[in-house]
Amino acid sequence: MILGLQQPSGGTVRIAPDSSGRRSIGYVPQKTQLAPDLPLRARDLVALGIDGHRFGLPRRSAARARAVDEMLEAVGALGFANARVGQLSGGEQQRVLIAHALISRPRLLLLDEPLASLDLGSAQEIIALLDRFVRERGVAVLLSAHEMNPLLPVMDRIVYIAAGRAASGTTEEVVRPSVLSKLYGHHVDVVRVHGRVLVVAGPGSGDEELLATDAARVVP
Amino acid sequence: MGWLFEPGFFSNGPVHVALVIGGVTAVVSALVGVFTVVRGQSFGGHALSDVSTAGGSGALLIGLSPLSGFVAGDLLGGAAMEALGTEHERGRDVATGIVLGAATGLAALFLYLDATSGTTTGTAQQILFGSIFVLQPSIIPVVAALACLALGLLALLYRPLVLHTFSPEIAHARGVPVRLVGALYMAALAMAVALSSITIGTVLSTALLIGPPAAALRLTRGMGRALLVAALTGLGATWLGILLSYDSFYWSPSRRFLPVSFFVVAIIVVAYLASGLARLGLRRRPSAPGGA
Repeated sequence: MILGLQQPSGGTVRIAPDSSGRRSIGYVPQKTQLAPDLPLRARDLVALGIDGHRFGLPRRSAARARAVDEMLEAVGALGFANARVGQLSGGEQQRVLIAHALISRPRLLLLDEPLASLDLGSAQEIIALLDRFVRERGVAVLLSAHEMNPLLPVMDRIVYIAAGRAASGTTEEVVRPSVLSKLYGHHVDVVRVHGRVLVVAGPGSGDEELLATDAARVVP
Repeated sequence: MGWLFEPGFFSNGPVHVALVIGGVTAVVSALVGVFTVVRGQSFGGHALSDVSTAGGSGALLIGLSPLSGFVAGDLLGGAAMEALGTEHERGRDVATGIVLGAATGLAALFLYLDATSGTTTGTAQQILFGSIFVLQPSIIPVVAALACLALGLLALLYRPLVLHTFSPEIAHARGVPVRLVGALYMAALAMAVALSSITIGTVLSTALLIGPPAAALRLTRGMGRALLVAALTGLGATWLGILLSYDSFYWSPSRRFLPVSFFVVAIIVVAYLASGLARLGLRRRPSAPGGA
């Protein structure tokens, strides 16, 4: 809907009203399986971010090559700029896709499950990268995620959707046991460890009420 | 070099025509074919070769040239596949299968009628396996125009096609007219298959479309290089095939020209196998930063 691919059934979507619609949005789709034999190097994909949607043959110029190099460096992808995108690891591909989305200097960056299928280390690196772009380049980042724990420290606002209900607000307002438990319809804990916030769902061993019901079910 | 080029090769009119038309069609097929392979449309390309058979044999039946039948049939078949196929991968496969089946059925009818009408002998052989040495020089302008049209389309579509091949989702989100790009590419593919049908025949046109690009893609990292290597491989295979076919008159015991199509396809298969060996060689070498 934000990209203009679907019409809202009611209301309007306004994005950065002073800039012209779709061009001010960068988009990184959910990870898909890429063919390793696709003859597209990381730097080719980033260059397509400039004008890949236009008809005609690619243009080459020193200024474009420099812009691509700068973007690759900004996401830490210069080291594998000449490798085929399909042969990169999940975290490396995510960096290149973010570079592709950001090279046209959008105001808004949309990411669909950017941390899915990434290992813990790569996920942390991508989060740090996004956080840096938000602060340094004034890009708003809107993303969807199933696993929210690693994202909690950097998010400003959350729309938490679960079991057909939603809660929205700042991270402080939404990520509370009372709000999330109500949303899910069963008990959710919010744990603070070493300054980090973790959301843990399901019956914990310290929860006497749930233990009692479990026991009641086992004993006939 | 006398042992390689048998007498008269360079002064023979039909050989000149074969070299020009064979060369042009091989290059068009290879360039269009790189996208066919990376987009996973090889099955669609093969179905179009069966549509060629139906179109070519049908055209002969009503007194037209096979080339006009190839072009009309393939454009129609491509349009049918685009219209029937949905966005989903499986929908496209089913649409391709339906068109392939229908075309093969028509080909069975037309080839039977051609063969029994008696006015055109050996047409089935020509349609299916090519007739590069009996091509008239008068069709060169038509071939050149079709080649320019196919390559022009490819150049026009280049960037959105690469983006769409990489990720249909990103292309869609960035405002690429996805259906239009797919349909125009199908038109370029139809023209490439029609062109290679007149040189090595409808049955073997898939070899020119898929073989050189498949070999090139094993050896290159970027799109530009893949296109260049594919075009050179297709051109080399076709010209060498014509030469060997011409020479075969002198060394085959029965003093006959063995079919060009056989030699072209044999060379393409050898090139593909060689590209596999070459890639193994590349892998053994310590790879540069950034990997192979």
